[in-house]
Amino acid sequence: MSLFKLKINGRDYQADVDPDTPLLWVLRDNFGLVGTKYGCGIAQCGACTVHLNGEAVRSCVMPVSAIGTGKVTTIEGLSKDGTHPVQQAWNEVDVPQCGYCQAGQIMTAAALLKRTPKPTMEQIDATMTGNLCRCGTYHRIREAVKVASTKGVK
Amino acid sequence: MTATRRDFLKIAAAAGGGLLLGFNWAESEAATTVVNAAGAAAAPGVGFNSYLSISPQGIITILSPNPEVGQGIKTAFPIIVAEELDADWTKVVVEQAPLDTKKFERQVAGGSGSIPHSWERLRKAGATARQMLTEAAAKRWNVPAAECTTDKGYVLHTASKRKLSYGELATEASQLAVPASVKLKDPNDFKLIGTTIKNVDNPKILTGKPLFGLDFYREGMLFAMIQRPAFGYKLKSVDSAAVKAMSGIVDVVTYDNNVAVVGKSTWQVKKAKDALKIEWEKADNLESSTDHDRLFKELLDKKEATVRRKDGDVDAAFKSAAKVVSAEFQCPFLPHSPLEPMNFFAHVRPDGVELVGPTQTPELARNETAKLLGISPDKVTVQLTRMGGGFGRRLKADYVIEAVQVSKLVNAPVKLIWTREDDMTGGSYRPAVRYRFEAALDAQGNMVGYKLRGVGINSGNSTREDNFPAGAVENLLIDSVEHKSPITTGAWRAPITNFLAFAEQSFLDEVAQAAGKDPVQFRLDLLAKAKQKPTGAIKYDIDRMRGVIELAAEKAQWGKKKGVSQGFSVYFSHRSYVAQIGEVVMKQGKPVLQKVYAAADCGVVINQSGARQQITGCIVDGIGHAMYGNLTFKDGVPEQKNYDTYRLIRLSEIPQVEVHFVQNTIDPTGLGEPALPPAGAAVANAIFKATGKRLRNQPFVEEDVFKGVS
Ligand code: FES
Ligand code: FES
Repeated sequence: MSLFKLKINGRDYQADVDPDTPLLWVLRDNFGLVGTKYGCGIAQCGACTVHLNGEAVRSCVMPVSAIGTGKVTTIEGLSKDGTHPVQQAWNEVDVPQCGYCQAGQIMTAAALLKRTPKPTMEQIDATMTGNLCRCGTYHRIREAVKVASTKGVK
Repeated sequence: MTATRRDFLKIAAAAGGGLLLGFNWAESEAATTVVNAAGAAAAPGVGFNSYLSISPQGIITILSPNPEVGQGIKTAFPIIVAEELDADWTKVVVEQAPLDTKKFERQVAGGSGSIPHSWERLRKAGATARQMLTEAAAKRWNVPAAECTTDKGYVLHTASKRKLSYGELATEASQLAVPASVKLKDPNDFKLIGTTIKNVDNPKILTGKPLFGLDFYREGMLFAMIQRPAFGYKLKSVDSAAVKAMSGIVDVVTYDNNVAVVGKSTWQVKKAKDALKIEWEKADNLESSTDHDRLFKELLDKKEATVRRKDGDVDAAFKSAAKVVSAEFQCPFLPHSPLEPMNFFAHVRPDGVELVGPTQTPELARNETAKLLGISPDKVTVQLTRMGGGFGRRLKADYVIEAVQVSKLVNAPVKLIWTREDDMTGGSYRPAVRYRFEAALDAQGNMVGYKLRGVGINSGNSTREDNFPAGAVENLLIDSVEHKSPITTGAWRAPITNFLAFAEQSFLDEVAQAAGKDPVQFRLDLLAKAKQKPTGAIKYDIDRMRGVIELAAEKAQWGKKKGVSQGFSVYFSHRSYVAQIGEVVMKQGKPVLQKVYAAADCGVVINQSGARQQITGCIVDGIGHAMYGNLTFKDGVPEQKNYDTYRLIRLSEIPQVEVHFVQNTIDPTGLGEPALPPAGAAVANAIFKATGKRLRNQPFVEEDVFKGVS
């Protein structure tokens, strides 16, 4: 066990955990940030996607010891009140079915739009295909990314 | 289904004023604490039977008793109540009720059955409240109630240009007698039903609020994981000394054939579980998928089978046939793999048991817990969380009972978590099944004989003997054989029909081809025959089935398009009718599914958004599993353990989907399943059209036409 200091959603957190603990479980078990989901634990489904220094990463395979001073953003910190353009678009298109995969989908889409504000269909597909949705909301995910891209993601 | 006065259990002034109207939500589905976009503080008075309450501020609270698994019932039910109430939808708040068998009936999510069972009850609940509010206003104004109308949360007296809000009237209305009968709206006057309404849980889902079972946390709770035996094995010994010394591990306990690791965090418990040294011993026949292939062939030729339906004289029909068509179809086991793996919280205390988590059947969870502990069921409470999918897996209570066992053994509140690997390897699967079809054609290409045998592993009756084309064929024999295996199976979204529909609708395509007939016309001719000259019982509505066939054919311009190959499929299951047309083009010598048209008849569409997503999601699910889903066994051990080797459909692999509904005012039926069964055959029949090759086994991706396609 070691003490790790983390910067998450603009706030300081610390946790005394085994160094190999994936960020996912530190977020969920230690900090109560349960919006980030567990789906596979092996970087296959994307349910655990968070931003590390603005880039989408799979927190289930990211040991807490590898974060260092990196800035972590989770779904809880994407916006104060659910008004990030991607969250708005997700509501407008009414994407969620069961909803379990959606935090990961939103974080993946937000990172894409930050890098590429006006993605092509191919770019949307290439990025979003990494996130599984067992309920099959893919059509709406695609559409919502397009809608969000018209709103101006910062 | 008629709601009776008995259903309106209670009427009383709510604490702090307001109207509380109790009613039974028999046969509902859906749940989770949720507030719609209006946000709004909850109205006072929570704690009655299933009910709707109206606060003096006009907030309408609807308690939702049933599990929400992604089917959207938690949004659909309140829409129905709000419609008849003439409520302002932005003032509706939906709340999740715990299991309470005294107040609610059948708190279950399953079988696409909730909407049909609750439709009239929910309408009457809303209409009763509206009538009482109207009477309260009429009294105040001293005018006949018949002169008053309602709209968006107000009672109006147009002649005198007066209006009062429901909030203002709620307390007075609550003192009136519950009317013995109420008038329901003409469906043509619906304002809310049939519009596009968003998931009431969106605000929480999209901001990552704790909603799901896995998100539940209780101060002082321990985390637990279980190492279970593979199918056909028994626990021989476990060496847990080293594991007990690992950081964060509180205990390692053994019960039945399971080894449970209990500790302070998910990760520590997972590491410890992986480090367990366990010896298993063979207890049963260790089955492998290769054995099953051989077994199926034996069972198909078996003399004895359970006859499910017999019409006319099949032997004679086949003897005199001008042509006989036959084909066999096989599917593998499938895990349900909802994205949220199995988990449950249990706290076994001396005075009772507290359960919290995702379950499609909370009453079963409670009763099995009571049975296990030898206590009365009323000592067990069950709180429902939103579920990250279920697909039938959470109809079972095995994982709930595990949480109870472990909590009891370690005498602490415990959250039991399955890893994805546990979920895929320790589960209960869609049974593997094989079908053999034979059809006898006369000289004119009419199907005069039809035989189907279904053989399956722990599949129960693998046929649905009254499905179309039963009723349209004079001589018919449908039977089944079941093989008992240590591999556990269970209801998987659209049980049995999820593969049977593929086999039946593919086979009919083959028969149409052999008869030299257009596949759509072939089915229409059979339906016409079933109507004019029915054979035996007919358990589907011929006109409604014809309706979806014609609508799909019209929308997809069946047979009129150049450059694409179309395939047709139609199915009646779980009370709704769905026809689908798949469109395939060839790219670099390989078939690519471009588009699927769906035409559905589920009666009145309650919520356009939810209904369209259920159809689209079912098609994605149906195609995805038909294309890629495959769980194989080697000596009782599943060979796929996670999404790296078990393939689910991904976003880049979906076809376009276009959904159409038959417009009618028939009482609504469910949509959680019915669009899944027809999907596989619409694709396979289109691929046949494009390539001349029949796909008869799932997953398609392992068939020749897809070889070399990644
Ligand atoms: S949980 Fe991290 S990718 Fe699946
Ligand atoms: S909405 Fe259920 S997994 Fe995506």
